[in-house]
This record gives sequence, C-alpha cells and structure tokens, in this order.
Amino acid sequence: MIQVSHLTKFYGPRAAVNDLSFAVKKGEIVGFLGPNGAGKSTTMKILTGFMPASAGSAKIAGYDVFENAIEVKRNIGFLPENPPVYPEMQVGDYLVFAAQLHQVAKEKIRTAVDHALTKTSLGDVRKRLIGNLSKGYRQRVGLAQALVHNPAVLILDEPTVGLDPKQIIEIRELIKGLGGEHTVILSSHILPEVTATCERIIVINQGRIVAEDTIDQLTARIKKGLIYSLVVKNPAQEGVSAIRKIPGIQTVTQVGPKLVIEIQPGSSEVRDQIVEAAVKREMGVLEFSAEKVSLEEIFLQLTTIETPIENAGVAV
Amino acid sequence: MSPRNVWTIARKDFRTYFMSPIAYIIIAGFMLIMGWMFFYTLSHFEMQNMQYQQFNMGKSPSITDGIIRPVYGNMNVIFLFLVPFITMRLFSEEKKQHTIELLMTSPITLSEIILGKFLSSLLLVVIMLGITLVYPITLFATGNPELGPIVTSYIGTLLLASCYLSLGIFFSSLTENQIVAGSLTFASALFFWLVNWASQAAGPVWSEVLNYLSLISHYNNFGQGLLNSSDVIYYLSFIGIGLFLTHRVLDSFRWR
Ligand SMILES: Nc1ncnc2c1ncn2[C@@H]1O[C@H](COP(=O)(O)OP(=O)(O)OP(=O)(O)O)[C@@H](O)[C@H]1O
Ligand SMILES: [Mg+2]
Repeated sequence: MIQVSHLTKFYGPRAAVNDLSFAVKKGEIVGFLGPNGAGKSTTMKILTGFMPASAGSAKIAGYDVFENAIEVKRNIGFLPENPPVYPEMQVGDYLVFAAQLHQVAKEKIRTAVDHALTKTSLGDVRKRLIGNLSKGYRQRVGLAQALVHNPAVLILDEPTVGLDPKQIIEIRELIKGLGGEHTVILSSHILPEVTATCERIIVINQGRIVAEDTIDQLTARIKKGLIYSLVVKNPAQEGVSAIRKIPGIQTVTQVGPKLVIEIQPGSSEVRDQIVEAAVKREMGVLEFSAEKVSLEEIFLQLTTIETPIENAGVAV
Repeated sequence: MSPRNVWTIARKDFRTYFMSPIAYIIIAGFMLIMGWMFFYTLSHFEMQNMQYQQFNMGKSPSITDGIIRPVYGNMNVIFLFLVPFITMRLFSEEKKQHTIELLMTSPITLSEIILGKFLSSLLLVVIMLGITLVYPITLFATGNPELGPIVTSYIGTLLLASCYLSLGIFFSSLTENQIVAGSLTFASALFFWLVNWASQAAGPVWSEVLNYLSLISHYNNFGQGLLNSSDVIYYLSFIGIGLFLTHRVLDSFRWR
C-alpha cells in the first residue's frame, strides 16, 4: 500500500530525512517511532504530498506521491502535527468542508460527518466553535477530519498529543479498530503509544531508519545487549573464532576488516578479553568502539513513561 | 480545474468574512462614505444646474460628467483603502493556523485554491457594488441619465477592484502576518495607482510606459462610457499576473 524508497529531504544543507526506505502492507498499522527532530513529521508531509522530497520516491496505493499527487491525496487522510482547524468555524461545518474538499458526494456528506463525529465522540460539540474548544477536543476534530472521507490510508502525526488519559485510550482503540480495512501510519516519540496500537514499528533517528520490526522482536533486541565493533588489520579466521569462544559473547559478524560483536547484557568486562584475544592472535587492532547509535541509545531518548496530561479534554 | 473545488474554497472563505465583524465593518464603512459622497455630489450638481439656468450660462453639465464620473471615480479610491482588509487574511491566516496543510493535502489543485479565494473576495466586492445600484436607480427615478457610462463605470470599477484583490492575495501568500499583508497591499496598490503622476514628470518614452502601467489611467475610458479592449486586457492581465505569482510563491514555499 505504501512504498518508500531512498526518500531524502534537505532543509538547506541539513538532511532531515536521509535515505529512508520501507513498505507498509494494506491493513497494517505501523508506528513511526523516534525522538524529537527525528524526521517523522517531515516524512509524513512528503507522503501526503504537502512537500516534495529532495530525492527518492514514495508510492501510495500505486501512485507516486509527487507525480500523481491528486490521486494520492484522494486516498489519504492526514492529521498533521498541528490540527488544521479553523477556530471561527463550528465543528460540524468544518467537517462538512473537509468532506467537500475530499469530494465526498453531496448526498453522502451528512452520513460521513455523522460517522466521523461518532467515531471521535464529538457529537456533543457539533455546534460549538472550534476556537472555543480545549486542545484535546481540537485534536479530535483534526482526527475526525482525517477520517471523514473514509480514506484507504491514514497518516496521523502524533494523534494523541494533548489528550487526557481516558481520551488517549479511546483514540487508541479507535486507531486499532481502523486496522484491517485501513492502512495506518502513526508517529510518536512515546514507546508505549506505539506498542499499544501498532503491529510493527519503524524506529527512526536523525532521518534514518535504525530498526524496523514487530514489537516483540524489537523488545527482544533491546534486551539483547550491546554491540561493539572491532576493526583490525588482519581479520584471520582463528582470531575471529577465538573471540567467538569468549563467554558472554552472543554473535560475531565479520564485515571485511570489521567485526561486529554483540555481547550479553551485564557482561561488559568481556571487552578486555576481546581486545586481549585480538592482540594475542596478532590481528592488529585499529579501532574498538561501541556502535555509534545502538538501538538502546535511541530508546533512551524516547519517552518510555506516559505522563498524564492535565487540563486536557474538558471543553471550555 | 474543477468548478466544484473552486466553489468549495470560495464558499468557505466567503462565509468566513461574515463570521467575524470584518465584513460588516467593511460594508458599513463603504455604504456610509459612498452614501455621503453620492448625496453630496448630487446636491452640488443640482445647485450647479440651478445656477446655470438662473444666469443663462448655456448648456449645463450632463449627469454623466457631473455625477457618474466623480462618484465612481471616488468609489475606486475607497476600494483602494478597503481591499487590503478584504484580502489580508486569505492566505496569511491559513498559514498561521496551519490550515494550509489541510488545503494542500486535499485532492484539489493549488490553482483551484487560489481561484476559490479570489472568487470569495470578488463576491464580497460584487455585493458592495450591488448596494451602490441604488444610486443609478435614484438617478433614473428623478432624471434622465445615460445608461452606457453607468454600465461601463461598473465594469471598470469591478475590474479595477479585482486588480487590487489580485495584488492583495499575492501579498497575503507571502506572509503569515495579516497586518503586513494588508499594509504591503495598500502600499503597492497606491504605487500602481500613482505611477501616472510620475509619468507627467518623466521623458516622452517613460511617460508612455508609466502611463500604461498606471491602474487609474486605464479607468478614464470606462468613466466616459467607453469600453476599450486594451483597458480590459490590461486589467485582466494584471489580475492574471497577480494570481500567477501567488501560485509561484505558494508552490515554492513547499520546496524550501
Ligand atoms: N521548515 C523547516 N526548515 C528547516 N528545518 C526544519 C523544518 N522543519 C523541520 N526541520 C528540521 O528537520 C528535522 C526533522 O524535523 P521533523 O519535524 O520532521 O521531526 P519530528 O520527528 O517530527 O520531531 P518531533 O517529535 O519534534 O515532532 C529537525 O531537525 C527540524 O529542526
Ligand atoms: Mg513532528
């Protein structure tokens, strides 16, 4: 349903998104997880045709997001980072406008709006001015807007930001229910957010994908331990197998002169033994370092605890 | 280009005018100034007429010269002041509220968005002009004015106001600050309006060029009841260029 290949976006000289490739199947719910500034919003803006990429391509429902922008836009519902609502409009009128923008047939607009209001529990505020609603309600109006034309693909940028815990649970249930029929990409920098709703996560950091897997696999990988790399002059086989035999070492993968060594958690003392073994076998150590961005480090930057939000969700 | 999409945008923006006091203030201000202007011109004209008859000074000025031309000429000046308020929010507010993201990720083209916004502001101007129809109606009820100059004055005024609208929409696309957009619109509209003053001081070639560029110099014919294709083409090109540049600006913002 969604196919992204080598997507790159420069803001001036800086790459906000760097060589991103991934695919999402029909009916899947995929979480885009990454710390602030990772490039989540930028990727979503490219996918929705809001802005073009500097390089690479993306296809949604078989259409290129740049060349067939209108066809792509017909198939997606987008909730941007800031809900794109008109404060001077009533909730109901706004959703009618959103439906018209997406060319929902005239006779179907009423039902479409009713559905979107029900799904987001906004029935009570239908006649209220959006400008008078609390942030949480405005966020939900933004979500209703993304749903109103019943799009095949939903792209939701931090859909539960600003909601109170009860609403967060409701919206998560809503998003989970969208899977199967709709394809959903949602972004978050909160780990439990994606684990609660998504089947698969794509972890991005500084514009690059650092991991892409199911939730279970990823958590297993985080628990796995640390990864070091050893660069040597002479990656002789006997040296490599000697390192492999050191207790506490999980895997050793050889990439040219570089050995990627994964160690068990809590056994950092094996580092001495690795270097010792390499020196003893006269491998000629050039460099020994922790992998620059280990998954663990990324996760440390992510919020792993949900903070309850006060004052949200109560209409003024 | 789908008329339905253009209309979706136009209707939304037209309604927005009436959701805040702005449209009411603009229309009320316009009616007040124009009403005063019309009755002042009318009474002045009657007095003049009376004097001509009293002192037998020959043929008195026509209704076209004495009323139509000054009233509609002044209306153009008033539009110069009011249009910045009509157009200033059209794109700047969409940018500020991030609603531009909704428009630009919907299956409608940028041209449809721009035309829709132009249409919404044009509708407001048409309504304002519609209200002023009471003046020619009054004239027909009490005297015997020529129809031609009245019709061409309306065409000319609508075209001239549309030029200001196009200019205003362009400046609104440049900034998310309404006040900045409005001020730039007023300043540049005034500039295009006044260039022909400079043309009087310039040399023969420049004088021609500047005179051609001036927005009012093209209005003169309309005021006299003449529908000149070169004037119409000038105004239509002005509108087209303004909207085209708006398209360029909004398109290039996405590339940065
Ligand atoms: N319009 C812009 N001009 C210049 N740089 C930008 C612009 N928008 C985003 N950036 C930069 O691009 C990088 C990625 O930004 P992006 O908004 O995509 O991150 P994000 O993952 O959505 O972060 P957050 O969790 O804070 O929303 C950031 O370093 C940001 O500063
Ligand atoms: Mg973001």
